[in-house]
Amino acid sequence: MTSQNSPLTRPLADPEAVVAELLTFLEEQTRSLWEPETDLYRDGGLSSLFAMQLVVHLEKSYGIAIRGADLRLDNFRTVRLMSALVGRLQQAQADGRDG
Amino acid sequence: MTTVLPYATANPPTHTLAVLGAGVMGVGITTLALGHGLPVHLVDVDQERLARARERIAEELRLAQLLGALPPDTEPGELSTGTSTAPAARATAVIEAITENAELKAKVLAEVSALVRPGTPLITNTSSIPVDELAGAVERPAELVGTHFMNPPYLIRTAEVIRGPRTGDPAMAAVAALLAALRREAVVVRDAPGFVTSRILHPMINDAARVVEQGTATAEAVDALLQGCLGHPTGPLRTADLIGLDNLVDSLWVLHERTGDEGCRPCELLLSLVREGRLGRKSGSGFHDYR
Repeated sequence: MTSQNSPLTRPLADPEAVVAELLTFLEEQTRSLWEPETDLYRDGGLSSLFAMQLVVHLEKSYGIAIRGADLRLDNFRTVRLMSALVGRLQQAQADGRDG
Repeated sequence: MTTVLPYATANPPTHTLAVLGAGVMGVGITTLALGHGLPVHLVDVDQERLARARERIAEELRLAQLLGALPPDTEPGELSTGTSTAPAARATAVIEAITENAELKAKVLAEVSALVRPGTPLITNTSSIPVDELAGAVERPAELVGTHFMNPPYLIRTAEVIRGPRTGDPAMAAVAALLAALRREAVVVRDAPGFVTSRILHPMINDAARVVEQGTATAEAVDALLQGCLGHPTGPLRTADLIGLDNLVDSLWVLHERTGDEGCRPCELLLSLVREGRLGRKSGSGFHDYR
């Protein structure tokens, strides 16, 4: 069992802070302004290939590993959905550490 | 007379692929096969390129999964790599995907055809070199088939399959079975320089580049018009960037040399981008910027 006080423990990110950070990331990458609920591909015109950049960004920024059934485009359609995914995976990792 | 087609049984044997060449297409085809559960041995003369290919394949498998391009509940096949073609002797099919150069392809195909068991289809993946130009180099010309996978092969469901004049029915059946296992739709065409897709698309891309070269429009405008008005999925110049401008120039020269069509002579803008190392998506920029 790993202690919650492990130095590797990363605090759970605040969902609204994740939303704000992702909006900034998207703005930097696309040079456009985005809303949290906009479907980035259907309505925003982004290439679905861009979703892979988002996967890598989320993994690096929030210390999560996105695998298996979580690795599907529908989880990366909107900033709000991505924030929810981060929260869920961080929580699962924290639960795993609690054992 | 009954014709027995290999693999046309209820329990087809497992496919084991050898892929020759760890460039863009070798990596893409390997990703497609691994993602469908097939084991692949990937061969390249350059050990460093093989190491980069392993990383790239891991990334592309994730991308393919993300975009729903892989069958669910399928464990990826096992990947092995090496600089020797010897393990191709155990393959049920060999896919040659080295650089678009007829002499090099003939040399590699000759080497591997001496290793494989009779009945093993040899597949040359090419965008424009006629299959029959290579058939003389292999031990059993009836076993040589052409494919032209589009990039990335795991996202594009249709593949052009080229039957050379000497290609036999068993090899065609074996390739059809392999493509079915990879869930690709095969469209079979006859042998000619550029076959169908490159013969039509590559001169068109060359024209699109010439329009930019002559200052009629920017690359962005050309792609926006072809997308918005004509329904092209990305625009021809983004397609060129995905193909790789060096590969495109090679292919245009193949077409020009074999057809005499001046529309296939690569325009100066294409040649200058290649000289500058702006090869498209794989180098970070081409007609468009990807950095």
